[in-house]
Amino acid sequence: MTIAEVEQGRLRSPFFPRQAELDRLFRWHDWKGYASADGFYDTTLEYFSVRNSTGVFDLTPMTKYRITGPDALDFLNRLVTRDMTKIKPGRVAYAVWCDDEGQVIDDGTIFHLRQGEYRLCSQERHMAWLTAAAIGMEVSIVDETEDVCGLAVQGPTSFSVLQAMGLDGIENLRPFGLTTFDFQGTELMVSRTGFTGDLGYELWLTPDKAIELWDALFDAGKLYGIMAMGTEALEHARIEAGFIAAYVDFLPADVTVRTGRSRSPLELGLEWLVDFKKPNFNGRRALAEEKRDGSAWRLVKLDIEGNKEAHNSYIYAGKKGGKDIGFVTSAMWSPVCKQNIALGTVKAPHGKVGDKLYVEIYYQREMHWSRVMAEATVVDKPFWDPPRKRATPPGPF
Amino acid sequence: MSERYDAIVIGAGHNGLVCASLLGKAGRKVLVLEANDRVGGAAVTREFADGYSVSACAHLLYQLQSQVTKDLGLKVELAGDKLGTVALSADGKHVRIKGNDVSGVGDEDVASYRDFRKRMTRFADLLKTYLNKTAPRLAKDASKSDMLTLAQLGFDIRRLGRKEMQEFLRLIGMNIRDEVTERFESDLLRGAVSLDAVLGTHLGPRSPNTIMTYLYRLAGTHGKLSQPAGGMGSVTEALAHSARENGATIRTGMKVKRVVVENGRAAGVETELGETFSCRLIVSNADPKSTMMNLVGARNLETGFTRRVHHIRMRGDAAKLHLALDGLPGIAGVEKREFADRFVIAPDEVYVERAFNHAKYGETSAKPVFEITFPSFRDNSLAPTGKHVMSAIVQYVPYELREGWSDGARDAFTKLAIDTLSEYMPDLPQRITASELLTPADIEQQFHISGGHWHHGELALDQFLFTRPVGGAHQYAMPLDGLYLCGAGTHPGGGVSGAAGRNAARAILKSEKVV
Repeated sequence: MTIAEVEQGRLRSPFFPRQAELDRLFRWHDWKGYASADGFYDTTLEYFSVRNSTGVFDLTPMTKYRITGPDALDFLNRLVTRDMTKIKPGRVAYAVWCDDEGQVIDDGTIFHLRQGEYRLCSQERHMAWLTAAAIGMEVSIVDETEDVCGLAVQGPTSFSVLQAMGLDGIENLRPFGLTTFDFQGTELMVSRTGFTGDLGYELWLTPDKAIELWDALFDAGKLYGIMAMGTEALEHARIEAGFIAAYVDFLPADVTVRTGRSRSPLELGLEWLVDFKKPNFNGRRALAEEKRDGSAWRLVKLDIEGNKEAHNSYIYAGKKGGKDIGFVTSAMWSPVCKQNIALGTVKAPHGKVGDKLYVEIYYQREMHWSRVMAEATVVDKPFWDPPRKRATPPGPF
Repeated sequence: MSERYDAIVIGAGHNGLVCASLLGKAGRKVLVLEANDRVGGAAVTREFADGYSVSACAHLLYQLQSQVTKDLGLKVELAGDKLGTVALSADGKHVRIKGNDVSGVGDEDVASYRDFRKRMTRFADLLKTYLNKTAPRLAKDASKSDMLTLAQLGFDIRRLGRKEMQEFLRLIGMNIRDEVTERFESDLLRGAVSLDAVLGTHLGPRSPNTIMTYLYRLAGTHGKLSQPAGGMGSVTEALAHSARENGATIRTGMKVKRVVVENGRAAGVETELGETFSCRLIVSNADPKSTMMNLVGARNLETGFTRRVHHIRMRGDAAKLHLALDGLPGIAGVEKREFADRFVIAPDEVYVERAFNHAKYGETSAKPVFEITFPSFRDNSLAPTGKHVMSAIVQYVPYELREGWSDGARDAFTKLAIDTLSEYMPDLPQRITASELLTPADIEQQFHISGGHWHHGELALDQFLFTRPVGGAHQYAMPLDGLYLCGAGTHPGGGVSGAAGRNAARAILKSEKVV
């Protein structure tokens, strides 16, 4: 008797063969069952591709649900906190969804592909919650994670790369818009979205044409500095953009055990996504109460003096320390902003824009630890927010 | 839509009527809308054959709360009180139970039963205090009265004394089979006690927390069984009378199609006939599932809540068998006067468990268990002179029969039930002039109870007290402004007790004061 060989271990994205050819680091991690690269050459190099030319990030492991049916809009409108009736076909919405206690389960993007047909994309898997949300609704939810692969094409030359690839009309695509092209007989969906805070696009299609897409893209991008990038470079870009990440800057409410460890959208600086004009959505009652009574936490963007990265630092109200008021969740030295930046979570009422706080930074020099209390200013705007992100048509190179 | 009401009660079941009457008494203008052509919900007396009437569902009164009758100045006329129980044996050597006393068993069982009952009664009394109170909140926003109730519950348990407290905590999650086999020699006694623990549930004697269900049965009036004169319908008629006296308007034949939701709050109801009533306070006597999923609709509620409601276990297993008889059947070893009492067919605890086994797989019991009364024996309004009716609860008859319910399936089970009965009452088949079997599916259809479950949701530790009907919504107010529940699906649970209706009315009046 022979034992049948079963494919096991991490799933491979359909772009894997090309990524493997480029890979010099052999550093991969698990992303919801898929192998996802930390990086291919060098994190800093890849990061600079996003800011100076074009970085390409494999989005395939992103969880994707196809949501259709007569109640699709009502379903989504109850699911997320923002008003989905305003998201017309051909538009994409960044959205956040909560449990009944108004605590964030995850954030993601919702693509209104065609009238009444949506795709929900998120970092985490949510079938159980979506199925529960569909009770009593006429809606179909299909996990199409494996049926759709995707590439984020991000950076100042990304528009020119796509133009060179022959995507005519791409110049008309506005931020958070989506459109489709014929790509070698397959439908290629392109949305002007991303996780880098820069000019950028996301390309989606069926896996059978994945290699062809990769090749076409890298052919077109050769003169535009195109480069494959991994999660570490993306992580830097998203912190500069002020975007939050699940399991880093907040914990999905459905995995928290202790009370007070989850966060509401109001506490994550996402109040602009919460539309109290909607009569009902998951978490509305609790959020209305929180809005009335005040939130417990506040997410802050910090501009920190000095150049020592404030990873995992405690945050204090005064230089002398005392009782901490919160902690840093994401930190980095931003090469492009020339700023020591961080995202953190502090107890309200601390953390108003303009507040001067202190972060306790521990750093190591030749094995020895030192500590510095660095002043940190709470800022309002994303650290990196270039006008090219919004320009339509974007500037060519 | 001309008249304005302060409150609309959906369903004129006994809890709905209690609630309406108390709200009326407090000066609220109340409208009660009942789907059926008469008040009472499942607590009605119905003629099932020419001249023969029975209580359609519940046929014995053992939980009606004195707080309810006192608050409403209600006097329930009884045809029989403190009914005994005869646990039937095919060989005529029956066991008879009355209060704490049992006969037909050995001396040890007599003493053991007395001990058992005393302890159970003491524990049941502990629960009784809470039947007539809103279950406290445990969350961080618990009120002072919540904390007091909670503290009292803890104190009451502690006050039992160390040994008894441990015993209470040990027993509350346990199954009745373990307890009866440990205590009693007599098979019939074991069977009879087991049956009382599982009547009306989707549980067998070996299912967890069947001691809790037994305690719940005792909690109302220490398990004292009585038979209302004129059947259960006369109780709800009296409640309806009380509600009307207190100014409530009751309209029958008005099936509510939906609760109108405007701007995220209950704003009225719409009937099947298309009539709309605006009102900012809607109280539903319908079960939680029907109310939330059908009348309100998931889209008007939040996901966590609808998921919990969706998962409420409420599959009924109790059928009602009604027989019109041209005379009392003969039962070996039973005297005629004993027909005033209650008979049970549950020869031992294993028999009951075996009967339950079938229900797990969507089958009816091959050998069902019975709780039998002959209400016409004491109440001649129910049958023509010299004739009689038998009213029996038969288990287990699954709500979801695997092959689906049909007339054929109903007839087949009726025959099986009568065959089983004739083992104890050989001349019964010849005496039957008419019969009616109400399966849980029939009960659902005729009385609008999801799953045909008489508790409007399984009575179990995970659907009890703080988690009845579901966690976070156990204080009658639902997570939709202006909507309350007042039926058996809420704390404390089913049985003709009126406690849920009274607690709901008090919760509503209290919250109005705050506003």
